[in-house]
Amino acid sequence: MSDKDKKQDTNISRRSFIKGVGTGTVAATVAPAILVSDEKTAEAQTDQAISKAEIQLNINDTLYEIEVEARTTLLTVLRDGTDTGGNNVDLTGAKLICDRGECGGCTVLVDGKAVYACMMLAMDAQGKQITTVEGIANGDNLHPIQEAFIKHDAMMCGFCTPGFIVSSVALLNENRKPTLTEIKEGLSGNTCRCGTYPFIFDAVETASEKM
Amino acid sequence: MASWGEASQSRLIGKRITRLSGKEKVTGKAKYTYDINRPGMLYGRILRSEVPHATVTEIDLTDAQEMPGVRAVMPLIEAGRKIRYQGQEIAAVAAETDDIAKDALRAIYVELEELPFVATEADAMAEGAPQVHDDWNGNQSNPSRGGQGDVEAGFAEAAVTVEATYHTPVQTHVCLETHGHVVEWTDEQNLTVWASTQAVFGVRNDLARRLELPANQVHVITEHMGGGFGSKFSPGVEGLTAARLSRMTERPVKLMLTRKAEHLVAGNRPSMTQHVKAGATRDGRLIAYDMRGHGTGGTGGGAGFTGPYVYHVPNIRTERTNVAVNAGSQRAMRAPGHPQGAFAMDSLMDELAEKLGMNPLEFRRLNDESEVRQAQYTLGAQEIGWHRRNSVAGSGTGIKKRGMGVGSGQWGGGGGANTQARVNINADGTVEAITGTQDLGTGIRTAIAIIVAEEFGLTTEDIIVKIGDSAPGLPAGGSGGSQTTPSVAPVIKTAAANAKQKLFEHVAPLLQAPVDDLRIGTGTIYVASDRTKTVTWQQATGLLGQETISEGGEWDRELRQGGVAGTQFAEVEVDTQTGHVKILKIVAVQDCGLAINRLTTESQINGGVIMGIGQTLLEERIMDPMTGRMLNANLEDYKVPGTHEIPEIKPIVFDTHRKVSGVGEPPCIPTLGAIANAVYNAIGVRIRELPITPDKVLNALAEKA
Repeated sequence: MSDKDKKQDTNISRRSFIKGVGTGTVAATVAPAILVSDEKTAEAQTDQAISKAEIQLNINDTLYEIEVEARTTLLTVLRDGTDTGGNNVDLTGAKLICDRGECGGCTVLVDGKAVYACMMLAMDAQGKQITTVEGIANGDNLHPIQEAFIKHDAMMCGFCTPGFIVSSVALLNENRKPTLTEIKEGLSGNTCRCGTYPFIFDAVETASEKM
Repeated sequence: MASWGEASQSRLIGKRITRLSGKEKVTGKAKYTYDINRPGMLYGRILRSEVPHATVTEIDLTDAQEMPGVRAVMPLIEAGRKIRYQGQEIAAVAAETDDIAKDALRAIYVELEELPFVATEADAMAEGAPQVHDDWNGNQSNPSRGGQGDVEAGFAEAAVTVEATYHTPVQTHVCLETHGHVVEWTDEQNLTVWASTQAVFGVRNDLARRLELPANQVHVITEHMGGGFGSKFSPGVEGLTAARLSRMTERPVKLMLTRKAEHLVAGNRPSMTQHVKAGATRDGRLIAYDMRGHGTGGTGGGAGFTGPYVYHVPNIRTERTNVAVNAGSQRAMRAPGHPQGAFAMDSLMDELAEKLGMNPLEFRRLNDESEVRQAQYTLGAQEIGWHRRNSVAGSGTGIKKRGMGVGSGQWGGGGGANTQARVNINADGTVEAITGTQDLGTGIRTAIAIIVAEEFGLTTEDIIVKIGDSAPGLPAGGSGGSQTTPSVAPVIKTAAANAKQKLFEHVAPLLQAPVDDLRIGTGTIYVASDRTKTVTWQQATGLLGQETISEGGEWDRELRQGGVAGTQFAEVEVDTQTGHVKILKIVAVQDCGLAINRLTTESQINGGVIMGIGQTLLEERIMDPMTGRMLNANLEDYKVPGTHEIPEIKPIVFDTHRKVSGVGEPPCIPTLGAIANAVYNAIGVRIRELPITPDKVLNALAEKA
């Protein structure tokens, strides 16, 4: 007899609880006391519970001053962040899709390497050069990868496309003439649900010939 | 009679045209609902039950309400009501940031009295099982029965029979953009809703009804959307909740489902289990088919599947039931009922053919009344190299064994009279095509531009296509059933033709020619009987002065056709040491009617095949019978095809006539049977339960040995 059968046989009505950590002082539980850049902030943190810090991020060659929490991811800054002047960063090309570093929808370049922005804390991105999909083209001149994606229809709904574009650029930066197997390996961190893969492979091949 | 004209005369229709939204999509500038940031916008989140069956005894929102940054908290279920599946909504919050909203959910106090549950079909069908619905008798619906002829008499004529049980598990849609909305009230009576939906007007009408507003006061926008696959027709609890949170706070609210919720509550393809006995005569004719089957669509019904499928059987008896379990409800998913039914039927066909000692392709030819598919069999077999197939299954040598299989499918996709559209020609030469349809990534935006550009002698970039917006008041149907292009294209075509006629009426006096002697050139209008008389498009539209030509169109049935046939061939390589199935190649021959855009049609065929690969080899909602929870409600453990699973795919656009058909769904149907039969052909052991994972392959090989 399985455990479940036993449970049903004894007909126990258990009471279960869904409850937040830290009753009453909920706010305190969400603010690990780290990351403080000065004593003033450290003091403020004990009152305000949520500790914040001002950081500078270099995104697409623009310097942003942004107030973040310790837990704030790079992706959150890109999509939802507001600079200290009150302007939205509003770089919504990178998407949160799986929320756990599995699908590549949030891929950006950090110092030229493909990184999942949902898995990187904003604070860890300080001092690094961040390039999002919005920064891949040179003004109105599309990158060869972007041209090739359009030519081969390497997109359908297009929601995963920014991640694939950035991963493809990272791949070609490291390997100018990848084989099909190397393309598959290089893009294996990105997921598409519409099933555009064959045309993505074609696009990367075309772009590699042009670069 | 209206027609699309001869293929040889088409400049754009049927060619490979890049999609209009391409540049926006590759630069990250395309704005999906999830990307909409409004001034003062709040972030909404929903607290969901982690237990599958319970009575709510208490909900206390106080702590959450008092949190800094929280602007609204609302219950979505009352104490005393029942939870019937994991993921069911309990309460919602709106907060200044998404992180605060997340925190606020943790501060909501909920007390539940857990109840016994059923997580799987087997549990639900067991004697004395806990009931999902108090007012049902057990968990199984009354059987729906069907049939024709005399099954017993049919079996008496049969030279061979096969009895088998086939199973496909629940599959989830996995839309990459989760279900969600951004809602903003412009005043107490009017709201704008950015919706990730397959039905702009469906969402408008549904929300208006639930909010008790006139429909025209709900403005729905879907400029781009990140996948639906049948699951995004209604605003759902989350849409209504976003609207209410926004109303309460007088702030815009964005509420997108989490990835976990997307798996749990945003729809799924029901499971299928069928016990089937079928017989064939010595000369290879199907003669009898007797099937009993069931599936689960979660707490509700809707677990239908096809069977028999595609092939002609004179004597049929079927019995189907829905089995309720404590899990999220099914929704339409890409060709509902067909892929699972096709998997069973195509497996059955091969099992019968083997007993008859026939080549399975020949056996299909004898039982398939579709002339289109007969031609497709020939084409596909050539393309895959069917002659290389093992004549005896599993007879290959070595550790890695290769095999080939075939599968078939059919679909409707003939469209309907549900679309209103206008084509405008402005005096400055610009052209607008406006309708309330939506582009799910299928390419309807580009198809509309192609049709109008073809009619006017322009390029697709010259056409401003305005879709995905309810404001112009030009309703179109939801994008489901592969109905979008066959519904929209004929209306756009006739609207463009009407507008062209009006323009000709302005041009005729200038060219001193009768209207019916005018023709469209490339960027020009000329007189057919005297080609020296010509004006440019700009000169022609300049004659309009203050006028704008604005014409509607009719859904001309002669321009579309339903009933498409498809067949696919697969070649696989099975590693008999690891059990891993590697697909080498899939040839997909798909009847498309007239493909408006060959490039995006190929994309759709690729996409269907790849979703079929997922269903055959990877995808399964895994329910824990001990806790009633889904064990793989994420993208790590719920495996959808990635780059390494993609074989060489040969999409063959089989356009045999000049009428438009929809093709979004049909290419995902034949894939399952083709792969499953190829695996059998490779290893000589049949796997009747999807997905065909390495453990099943190794177990099957062990049993054979």
